[in-house]
Amino acid sequence: MELISPFVLGLTVFILAVFVGYYVVWKVTPALHSPLMSVTNAISSVIIVGAVLAAGSAQDPLTQFFGFAAVVMASINIFGGFLVTRRMLEMFNKKK
Amino acid sequence: MSANLSALAYLVSSVCFILALQGLSSAKTSQRGLTFGVAGMVLAIVTTLASPIVTTYGWLISGIIVGGVIGTLIAKKIQMTALPQLVAAFHSLVGLAAVFVAAAALLEPQAFNIGEVSLIAAGSLVEMGLGVAIGAITFTGSLVAFAKLQGLVSGNPLIFKGQHPLNALLGVGLILMIVLFAMSESHSLFWALTVVALLLGFLLILPIGGADMPVVISMLNSYSGWAAAGIGFTLANSLLIITGALVGASGAILSYIMCKGMNRSIFNIILGGFGGEQVAAAQGKGEQRPYKSGSAEDAGFIMKNAKSVIIVPGYGMAVAQAQHALREMGDILKKEGVQVRYAIHPVAGRMPGHMNVLLAEANVPYEDVLELDEINRDFAQTDVAFVIGANDVTNPAAKTDPKSPIYGMPILDVEKAKTVLFVKRSMSPGYAGVDNDLFYKDNTMMLFGDAKKMCEQLIKALEE
Repeated sequence: MELISPFVLGLTVFILAVFVGYYVVWKVTPALHSPLMSVTNAISSVIIVGAVLAAGSAQDPLTQFFGFAAVVMASINIFGGFLVTRRMLEMFNKKK
Repeated sequence: MSANLSALAYLVSSVCFILALQGLSSAKTSQRGLTFGVAGMVLAIVTTLASPIVTTYGWLISGIIVGGVIGTLIAKKIQMTALPQLVAAFHSLVGLAAVFVAAAALLEPQAFNIGEVSLIAAGSLVEMGLGVAIGAITFTGSLVAFAKLQGLVSGNPLIFKGQHPLNALLGVGLILMIVLFAMSESHSLFWALTVVALLLGFLLILPIGGADMPVVISMLNSYSGWAAAGIGFTLANSLLIITGALVGASGAILSYIMCKGMNRSIFNIILGGFGGEQVAAAQGKGEQRPYKSGSAEDAGFIMKNAKSVIIVPGYGMAVAQAQHALREMGDILKKEGVQVRYAIHPVAGRMPGHMNVLLAEANVPYEDVLELDEINRDFAQTDVAFVIGANDVTNPAAKTDPKSPIYGMPILDVEKAKTVLFVKRSMSPGYAGVDNDLFYKDNTMMLFGDAKKMCEQLIKALEE
């Protein structure tokens, strides 16, 4: 039997994930739209996965540099994004 | 770690990210959601580090530490009023990281298990081309948005002749280059298309004005997701694909909500130039109409004797950092037995939910802050509408004047309140360059001054 190409599998996952995202995000309360932005920003830095592969396995110095730079940038986003989100959510939840 | 095991770990990470977004459906569950998000990220990074093809750790760990320290410092130091530009800056980093990862994948595909140099499958190259293009557009677009929000360049739309044809040309050229790149795997073509995409991102955001920033930021948020998904396709990594899709969808929905809040189509905003001609038209009128202005004492007296006050904050409140003084004023009124609530327009401020965050920062109770749909009917039964730093979102012309550039935009019906107090620096028109009829109504009193100073004066007046 012919194997399904990785692209088709990826596309399947992608389309389904768009639908999940659509329904989940519509449920987000408008008051929390700013935290939504900063947390999506943090999780989109999951691109660090690609950066780690480049920095950790490449032989060519240029590739390593690209990987390293991408690791640094994605890390700034991950730490910065999650922490700013936490700061915001604490403000929404603090007891008076 | 075996490939199957890491794929399963990535699946768990993806689910964690979905739960993180789901947690934001209410403030109560939001912090638990955040914990899921962090857990998902930690799992994703650890899984990747444990992958057998990763052999050198020194660079990696130091990269994560350096980035982590910078990110932590920024997150701790940043003022909440500067949040929009921070988010824009963060988006630009995701964009650039996507470009770098794509470049690394092109230079050394074997590191990612996607083939050998000059033997990468055409499909992977298309995805790589798309990923790098979206990443590059996100990078420069976000930089421009950052510069505008930070005030480094003018927030006014910058328009020049032939801009739209040029952008269209670049866009078409970009697609052609991606196709040619996929057929040839030419490295010079890869860099050329990166440069074109960088230029396009710059030109796309340049013509968009300050008040349209909520849409721009949401749009760039969405792009950063699509860029991550594009890289996910290139690397055949389902975690990147899923996360990219979630973020992309989220940004797209926010853009849609913002567009609806302004009654404009996304194309209209991307094509930009809002405000250009209208300013000229407004100035053309030239006539001075009579209006009433009052002092903080007058306003304090009116509010003290009111039964209910609805406060309408806008970007001006953020600029003046007036949220703390405003909340203090609200507290005094509450003690006097006045019902105090806050009405938030969807596009108030410079990013979605901007006002809510600032009011939360100032300890305004969550229940007192209401969205447009929830509170709009109550203006007719309220004694005082206190507009601070907002303008266009209260302009009745949006309902009555079909010729107005903001016609059709949903507005807060402040004019229905018995008295409207309007805090403003001067009589200059709002961002859209449209005169606001509200200023000249009999029941409107203008309070001229800086939003924060006015609140402080009001506090004094109320305490006497």
